[in-house]
Amino acid sequence: MNKQISALFDRIGGVYALPIILMVIALPLVGSFPTWVTLTVAGLGMGMMIFLMASGLSLVFGLMDVLNFGHSAFISFGAFIAATVLAALAVWVGADNWMLNLLALTAAVGAAMLFGLVAGWAFEAVIVKPVYSDHLRQILITIGALIVADQLVLVIWGGIPISVPKPAFLQGSFIIGDVSIEIYRSFAFLVGTIVFTLLYLVLNRTRLGLLIRAGVENREMVEALGFRIGRLFVLVFVVGSALAAMGGAMWGGYQGLISGELGSQVMILVFIVVIIGGLGSIEGSLLGALLVGLLGNYVAFIFPKLSLASNMLLMMVILLWRPYGLKPAIKR
Amino acid sequence: MSDHILRLDDVHTDIGQYQILHGISLNVPQGGVHVLLGRNGAGKTTTLRTIMGLWRARTGAITFNHHDITNLHTSDIARLGIAYVPENMGIFGGLTVAENMRLATHSDRFDADRLDRIHDLFPAMKKFWDRPAWALSGGQKQMLAISRAIIEKRDLILIDEPTKGLAPAIIEAMIAAFREIAQDTTILLVEQNFHFASSLGDSVAVIDDGRISHHGEMADLVADADLQNRLLSLSMSA
Ligand SMILES: Nc1ncnc2c1ncn2[C@@H]1O[C@H](COP(=O)(O)OP(=O)(O)OP(=O)(O)O)[C@@H](O)[C@H]1O
Ligand SMILES: [Mg+2]
Repeated sequence: MNKQISALFDRIGGVYALPIILMVIALPLVGSFPTWVTLTVAGLGMGMMIFLMASGLSLVFGLMDVLNFGHSAFISFGAFIAATVLAALAVWVGADNWMLNLLALTAAVGAAMLFGLVAGWAFEAVIVKPVYSDHLRQILITIGALIVADQLVLVIWGGIPISVPKPAFLQGSFIIGDVSIEIYRSFAFLVGTIVFTLLYLVLNRTRLGLLIRAGVENREMVEALGFRIGRLFVLVFVVGSALAAMGGAMWGGYQGLISGELGSQVMILVFIVVIIGGLGSIEGSLLGALLVGLLGNYVAFIFPKLSLASNMLLMMVILLWRPYGLKPAIKR
Repeated sequence: MSDHILRLDDVHTDIGQYQILHGISLNVPQGGVHVLLGRNGAGKTTTLRTIMGLWRARTGAITFNHHDITNLHTSDIARLGIAYVPENMGIFGGLTVAENMRLATHSDRFDADRLDRIHDLFPAMKKFWDRPAWALSGGQKQMLAISRAIIEKRDLILIDEPTKGLAPAIIEAMIAAFREIAQDTTILLVEQNFHFASSLGDSVAVIDDGRISHHGEMADLVADADLQNRLLSLSMSA
């Protein structure tokens, strides 16, 4: 890049400015301001849901170089478990009382996350631990586990798509003048922001976070300083799995209708986000997720035919510019 | 025997299918600076990594302060009181100088006296305290790596080629710092720079092709030009 442009780029915030730049470029292309607002909020909400699913995967890879293709199973299970809980709590879900709605939603997302914690812990111990530092086996065994998990979804919930009841308080849109903003996506954005903030604080303000950031850079040195990286990794894996299940639960509610392919479909986006964001950094995952969410929504409106290709193009452009992603955890 | 802080007894280490150490036996006395010399690829780094449990000895025994550490986990070896400054320094570039040092404490607290001492030894550590470590110069990174090793009391410090790539002036400053550090701990130093090694070393061992080929007082080696020639020509001809 030209020196002046790159100096200007750094002054306006560097890679952190990219989502804003994308929004500004999209405005004239979309043409109508109200539509642009709707698309932008939709993109941010979608981005935050993808962030939930991507952050854990990125840290897991960053910390232990573990390639976990089974990650998408936690997304699928999260979505189906939440849908099941919401269906069972149909009375609360549909009640004209936002507290009951919220309670039902909390129960559903909580159940998904609990599953993520427990299953993540078992998955790490049984599937991942035996193949630390062996990429080929990791790929084979986690894909194998994914196939089994996807079949389990079919056995438990059947092959027919099931609908996800949406809590009453999250239905519909805010209408401000000409602008219509979907409530569910705004809510997803809020939840994602809270989770990101919590993760950020833990990583940057606690000793545990310090250890994780150090471990992402140099595992051996963390051990040579007297800490067990293995225990740290189990913790990160378990939290990452719970967040994936949470993301899946939110994503299911946003789709309204979910099928067994949900996990593998979003997983493509999740991988793109982790790669363009830079491995091992949650700031990178957030940036990548917002870019993917925004671009997906703008392109679907402006050039619907490019929808599928747009994220691949984004990934290619970013990797040509920054081969290690936007915000890699390791300074090279 | 009790005045030896570290003993390696016929240690064999393989890396993958290659046999690298062919029976290293080494006694490191309590206190002072003890130097491991040897040409490139002789097995110096492998010896230190084996002590830290980063490579596993296939046979042989390693004893530290009367603990058999041969098969202990690296983190447990560190907690017994060994600090390791690897050849690449092992700095966490994304963390600040302060954060790098904080991780090296087991209590998550700095002892004020020790911190003052480090700031006296290496003023740059004070100046760049809140800077990210990737921005430090090579010499400052080495100072940070050494500071981490002494931020809390450790009985033994393993240091791998601390002068690599440093300017002569910095090497002189390092000699002074090491003299000061060695007053209350034991240092096992891997070094190629004979001036640095001989200014600091009390004893010296030479490794060649995964074996100890010479062991003795540093003063004897410095005084004996013949021996020096033999060992060091062997050291330099790689
Ligand atoms: N990861 C590895 N895989 C294979 N062989 C290795 C590995 N690390 C070291 N070796 C080999 O082991 C031998 C000893 O290496 P080591 O790094 O211990 O030497 P050294 O004495 O520290 O050398 P230098 O002065 O260059 O640092 C060398 O022949 C080296 O090629
Ligand atoms: Mg070496």
